[in-house]
Amino acid sequence: MNHKKTAYLGLFAAIAIIFGYVESLIPFFAGIPGMKLGLANLAVLFILEKYSWKEAALVSTVRILVIGFLFGNMFSILYSLAGAALSLTVMTLMKRFSSFSILGVSVAGGVSHNIGQLIVASLIVENTSLLYYAPVLLISGVATGLLIGFLTGEITKRIRL
Amino acid sequence: MKKKELIFITSILAAALLLWGVMFLLRKGDYGSVRITVNGEEYGTYSLSQDQVISIGETNVCEIRDGQIKMTEADCPDHLCIKQKAVGSSGGTIVCLPNKVVIEGVKAAGSEDISSEFDTAV
Repeated sequence: MNHKKTAYLGLFAAIAIIFGYVESLIPFFAGIPGMKLGLANLAVLFILEKYSWKEAALVSTVRILVIGFLFGNMFSILYSLAGAALSLTVMTLMKRFSSFSILGVSVAGGVSHNIGQLIVASLIVENTSLLYYAPVLLISGVATGLLIGFLTGEITKRIRL
Repeated sequence: MKKKELIFITSILAAALLLWGVMFLLRKGDYGSVRITVNGEEYGTYSLSQDQVISIGETNVCEIRDGQIKMTEADCPDHLCIKQKAVGSSGGTIVCLPNKVVIEGVKAAGSEDISSEFDTAV
């Protein structure tokens, strides 16, 4: 890992952490647990585009741990890690094996993130009634995925590393 | 956007709508009471027709008023459960993830609950 890349990854981790904080201030809730904009995914998706899944996973993990220790608890860390891991795996596979553009990749990531969190949440509370939220979370995953994908695409075009 | 992506996105949305429809039909009915579970174990079942304040363990407090139940207090930092929609006669769920508390509507079967010893004074 060269110095320039190390510096960039540190910068992106910081941005992802700030995005996570900003997001906690936005009351984008609408009565559905787990519905979020996924701003931090902007940074992760950008790194996935510019580098590879390894760097994206590193930044994602650092972000979740820092945000978790600052504002959350053990549960929120577990919960975020599940969503982020599934989402990053799906996005990496999509990027490699499908002809999807960043929009499609981002939508797949958003949807799988929500599904991952829903599954972990159901396991934690040991109650399947949570699965009733699945349709809403699928739709919100598509919507936020499109938005984040579009933004990341525009940013990727403009920033050269 | 490519055609493949459009198909992908449309099929997710279609699946979500289909799932929604199925769940709507499954959940349709008159919900007369709520069941509270903590850690996957039943804590108690309460009728929605009787106004009362229920403390769930030492972590959460919920209130039944006007045929609806709402979470009113929680000791977790995010308080998401308090912001969740009240559960009334059309059913629904309130979840407090950190404390593993779930409140869910139970379809009215005509039977009154007899778990009043769990109740606390209003």
